[in-house]
Amino acid sequence: MPLLNTLPDYVLTTKTDELLNWMRKSSIWYMLFGLACCAIELMHTGGPRADIDRFGATPRASARQSDLMIVAGTLTLKMALRTRLLYDQMPDPRYVISMGSCASCGGLFQLAYSVCDGVDKILPVDVYVPGCPPRPEALTEGLLKLQEKMMTERWLVRSSNGNGNGKQVAAA
Amino acid sequence: MESLQILERVKNQFGDRILEISDHKPDPFAVIDPKAVLEIGKFMNQDPELAMDCLSNETGVDYKDRIEVVYHLFSYSKRHTAVLKVKLPRDNPSVATLEGVWKSANWMEREIFDLIGVNFEGHSDMRRILMPEDWIGHPQRKDFVEPAEYHGISTVRESPIIRLDTKKK
Amino acid sequence: MYLNFGVPLALTIIGIGFVALMFGLQKLLAPQNPYDRKLTPYECGEPPTGRAWINFNVRFYLIALIFVVFEVEVAFVYPIAAVYLDWVRSGRRWYALSEILVFLMILFVGLVYVWVKHDLEWIKKVPVEE
Repeated sequence: MPLLNTLPDYVLTTKTDELLNWMRKSSIWYMLFGLACCAIELMHTGGPRADIDRFGATPRASARQSDLMIVAGTLTLKMALRTRLLYDQMPDPRYVISMGSCASCGGLFQLAYSVCDGVDKILPVDVYVPGCPPRPEALTEGLLKLQEKMMTERWLVRSSNGNGNGKQVAAA
Repeated sequence: MESLQILERVKNQFGDRILEISDHKPDPFAVIDPKAVLEIGKFMNQDPELAMDCLSNETGVDYKDRIEVVYHLFSYSKRHTAVLKVKLPRDNPSVATLEGVWKSANWMEREIFDLIGVNFEGHSDMRRILMPEDWIGHPQRKDFVEPAEYHGISTVRESPIIRLDTKKK
Repeated sequence: MYLNFGVPLALTIIGIGFVALMFGLQKLLAPQNPYDRKLTPYECGEPPTGRAWINFNVRFYLIALIFVVFEVEVAFVYPIAAVYLDWVRSGRRWYALSEILVFLMILFVGLVYVWVKHDLEWIKKVPVEE
């Protein structure tokens, strides 16, 4: 019944893929995952001045209703296990933006005993946004880069891994 | 009242439970007997002259031969401060909780338990506050060794700068 | 007379058709990748504890019961209101009005009973018996 990953490779799907990807990138619902100071900048990015709602991105509180997880802030080891479970509970297709230096590499607190150095130790990250904290314009740029990445995905043509060429299937 | 006067008043009340009073600048402190912590705390809270209604900080310090718990007290009505210290042995340090006297001691004692390992007798909720529940060890002790990984997550981030250095060889 | 049903028919067709279109597109185009950890109950990141089926407050049952009774009463009043103009035109206005008022009065007695017994309050303020 599903059309994904079923078409043989001699079928060209250009405008169909473009349509599907355009539909997905124009309404990215992000999960409010503000952990520390970057959360304030995340709130401002969703606010009126640097508005990502004009790109269709609206905040959702629940992992089940979101397709983007913006990890904003320092990830502690205590939170890392719960972050992995929340990522697992997001429906496909799902994306991760690692916002700020704490989420990308541990940042200022890399040598601390309680900090998980970077969210990419537990999740596959699509876009890293550097900054401490990144300005709302920088996070908007990160979101636009993610939109460009989404436009390059191919879902309908059969390929070797999971759901088409689009996303790596997250291991349990 | 000056800090030294406060500590002298406490010493007049409790006599030999105060082990020493030091005129250390800027905060004179008194070292007290660990068994008398609850009594002295209650006295400093309820005495109308002292009226220490705020435990502004409670922290633990790890020296080579002992562990100390330091209490910084403040009075909102009289606007004076005092510092008390308790010296505990390094293995199995344990002291009475001041949660019944000042509510702020609840979380501060949980932090000291988590990071230094001092057990507070009579505490209502003695569990870790910053580290995960199944963490082993007390990170702020001087002899703490960081484990290589926690639940499969490695605790070290390889730095690209170090790799550039080794290329010079 | 059957032309009156044209509009509800169109509404039904469009409603069912739109929803079917949305669900159909989802079945065709949405990726489906269920695995064990994804299907665990959502508990804001904590590992889920306890059962999902728990006892809930019996007050909800009480409110639902009262609601059903008065909802049915309202449903009976609607047709009277719809044809009332015809009864007025044929001069039998007071007959229709008195009949519907008797119906409402009977059910009003029930409302007064529920009110006095404090069943409309979420937290019953019953005087303490010494």
